[in-house]
Amino acid sequence: MKNLKRINDFVIRFANVNGSGSASANNLFAKAVFRLGVPVSPKNIFPSNIQGLPTWYEVRVSEQGYQGRRGGYDFIVAVNGQTLEKDYDDLLPGGYFFYDSTRALSGHYKRKDITLLGMPLTDICNREIENPKLRPLLKNIIYVGALAHLLDMDFSVLTDSIAKQFSKKPKLAVPNIRALELGFKYASDHFPGACKLSVKRSNKLSTHILMDGNSATALGAVYGGATVAGWYPITPSTSVIEAFDKFTRQHRLDESGKRKAAIIQAEDELAALGIAVGGAWNGARSFTATSGPGISLMNELLGLAYFAEIPVVVVNVQRAGPSTGMPTRTQQSDTLACAYASHGDTKHVLLFPCDPKECFEMAGDSFDIAETLQTPVILMSDLDLGMNDHVCLPMEWDDKRNYRRGKVLDKDQLESMTEDWGRYLDRDGDGICYRTYPGTHPEKGAYFTRGSSHDEYAVYTEDTDAYKRCMERLSRKWVTARTLVPAPRIKRSGKPATWGAIFFGTSTYATYEAIEMLDKKGIALDTMRLRGFPFQDEVLEFIDQHKKLFVIEQNRDGQMRTLLINELGIVLNKLVSVTHIDGTPIDARYISQSIEAVLAKTPKGGAA
Amino acid sequence: MNSKRPVFRHPDLPKNNLGYTRRDYEGLDSTLCAGCGHDSISNSIIQACFELSIEPHRVAKLSGIGCSSKTPAYFLGRSHGFNSVHGRMPSVATGANMANKDLLYIGVSGDGDTASIGMGQFVHVARRNLNMVYIVMNNGCYGLTKGQDSATADKGSSSRKGQPNPFEAIDLCEMAVQLGASFVARGFSGDKEQLVPLLKAAIGHKGFALVDVISPCVTFNNTQTSTKSYHWIRDHMEATATVDFIPQQKEITAQYEQGATQSVSLHDGSAIHLHKSDNSFDVTKKRVAVNALEHHREKGQILTGILHVNETLKDTHDILETTDKPLNTLTKKELCPGNQTLQKIFENYR
Repeated sequence: MKNLKRINDFVIRFANVNGSGSASANNLFAKAVFRLGVPVSPKNIFPSNIQGLPTWYEVRVSEQGYQGRRGGYDFIVAVNGQTLEKDYDDLLPGGYFFYDSTRALSGHYKRKDITLLGMPLTDICNREIENPKLRPLLKNIIYVGALAHLLDMDFSVLTDSIAKQFSKKPKLAVPNIRALELGFKYASDHFPGACKLSVKRSNKLSTHILMDGNSATALGAVYGGATVAGWYPITPSTSVIEAFDKFTRQHRLDESGKRKAAIIQAEDELAALGIAVGGAWNGARSFTATSGPGISLMNELLGLAYFAEIPVVVVNVQRAGPSTGMPTRTQQSDTLACAYASHGDTKHVLLFPCDPKECFEMAGDSFDIAETLQTPVILMSDLDLGMNDHVCLPMEWDDKRNYRRGKVLDKDQLESMTEDWGRYLDRDGDGICYRTYPGTHPEKGAYFTRGSSHDEYAVYTEDTDAYKRCMERLSRKWVTARTLVPAPRIKRSGKPATWGAIFFGTSTYATYEAIEMLDKKGIALDTMRLRGFPFQDEVLEFIDQHKKLFVIEQNRDGQMRTLLINELGIVLNKLVSVTHIDGTPIDARYISQSIEAVLAKTPKGGAA
Repeated sequence: MNSKRPVFRHPDLPKNNLGYTRRDYEGLDSTLCAGCGHDSISNSIIQACFELSIEPHRVAKLSGIGCSSKTPAYFLGRSHGFNSVHGRMPSVATGANMANKDLLYIGVSGDGDTASIGMGQFVHVARRNLNMVYIVMNNGCYGLTKGQDSATADKGSSSRKGQPNPFEAIDLCEMAVQLGASFVARGFSGDKEQLVPLLKAAIGHKGFALVDVISPCVTFNNTQTSTKSYHWIRDHMEATATVDFIPQQKEITAQYEQGATQSVSLHDGSAIHLHKSDNSFDVTKKRVAVNALEHHREKGQILTGILHVNETLKDTHDILETTDKPLNTLTKKELCPGNQTLQKIFENYR
């Protein structure tokens, strides 16, 4: 048997029971790797449940900085009896199987190609930890201590992390540090030199941060000047609002301690968006955060916001649908539902962030775009991006930057106006008209906002020409929108490439890695990462430059492919779907294998 | 429909404290059926705002969908209006109010818009105690879709369709009292003497003010067999008290000859004076209101007037502890913590 032997390059998977406190222990491990200067990518694969169901936490350690999932795992910490067999079976050859040996393994466990590391965790807990309430929690900390030895990690990073975590309650740090030591001691006594995977201090990380996308999105909303938020609790978007609440409590208070934000937990997603629409109509930057089922309910008000031209921001942290689906698993499966949300002819601006840095930037920009265009903007995040921690460089906010509030007439502008003002009068030819906030001027600028057909002066009309003029103007605005959404990122392989690859959002990092893997095998692909909808001319140009292109995404039906075909008029078989739908984040090996499989069937010389 | 109306004002028209005439509070011509109760309510709103000398442009009018929800076009033409989505006016009003606490928010809804499709939102805007006037133009039927019964139609009442309504009726006022609404009143579109002071009191109240106005539908539900018809309401209407609204700047000069008077002071120093025929009705007690509503229903009567007032409840802004300045006036300087703070925040993510 050949043991896996690697430094700073492996995948470790923790198999736990949810609600047992494992998340914080596993997070402690990931953070320790991060603090050792090694790029790390943790993924929490958890159930829709409070306590008692299987949960996994996968940590990829990658000196080379690969942040996507790789596929497969080299080390498993198996402390959940419910999934023990499968966890054992799925371990890669040469891998390490760490388990609680308090109970002996049954006859199933006969593999010869892996290393067994049995540690009597429960026994140690029962013997060494007096308080029975603490035992289940500290059991997790004990295995982290053991890992420190097995993976040859600098132990002080772990104890420092504990000290930092409990800096306000130092008493709680004591039993945790003791648990770490118990694990470390047992491992050094029983497993000397047993594990050939290791984590060595590195200089690959400098000022980097380890942050979840939802916190970054919330920060973007704070910095972007959002003041009104309506929301309804739904996984995986809830932590966007929780973080917005936290950050505004810390950094948005007036001199008397009162809040410069109004956050309302609504009765449902209809009301959540209604609140945001009302706030935006009245001149406050307003948003809501939700997930697929919430988007379904919000369709009604998205149509109103589109037609009445109200600049509202919706954060959609996508999860696996349809219906309740797998509410704690990730997907990119709301692309079409959001692009064309609501009845009648509607289209919405979409932004596709790929990491926390872009969550922050795009959330900040989304309010500028929405107010410039006077239309809803939907930030398309997902569970993987929103709820998992990601290594990224710290974001910067340009203090000289001003909010672009769009075409809004103030009191003086209304006062000096000699011509008739019409809320929906397109003076500039870009489809965007001038709006006013309620209460601005005693005599001028009042109008009646409505979801019913209206003329240029916001008056109800069933005049067919007036209706057509309005709908056609909204199309002109859509053309303007293309100049405002972020441009795609195109990477050339540097070799003649007949094939291209298109992807977006959280498919990004795994795809870049897959492209490198393929490149080493002599398969060259140019890539284009989409960052916004509507699509710019560059998107079509890139597609035109290639004979065929893969569209890589995390849904069943290839929704982005459909959107590209529909919006750009691409020949159907030019775009080949690579889809990943099991609810876990897409991984590099899956992508490269899928692409290879397609190319193997394609006649040499590239696309048929 | 013409968006412009003549701006000519007769110089002798009476003016209010701001120098505005009643015409300055009017809107476009109504397109509702002649004799519709809703038009009388619009007129009462105009009258109340005129008499209270409210700056027309400092009002935001919001509505849902239905005949009732069209009316904001017919009053306060100098105010911004928002005819939103069926049943969703309460959430839109909530967001609007959060954005600017300094405007007066008048929401107009109907019985379908509130008691059916918008029930969820109505319930929650009431319990949030949003500072707004919520007017239900209640005719017991769906007018725009040609006369179906609504959820406030009384059991056994039949509209022009002739079929008695087999379902129980929802009493929005009784519900609102139970939900913790801080001001609950019921009026009748045909009784302006009562409705105008009710609306003035609702406007003076800080917090959620429900004014449920029975407003007969002349086209579909004004039959001999309907309990929301003009003649039925006139015959079965009882009032809790005669209402006088005393704005803060006015000296109290009203004289009452008989019965008991209850005074309720409002936040801004104005007051409601209730001149009552029945001494036992204390509007500050929820249970009294519910009992009275049930009692009158059993007798086949419709209880009108101010049913409940609670001036001690905080409104949404006070509950959320929002800053005194309207949120929509805050600038980047007041909202953006700056790059230095951002870099400090990141210390927690290392």
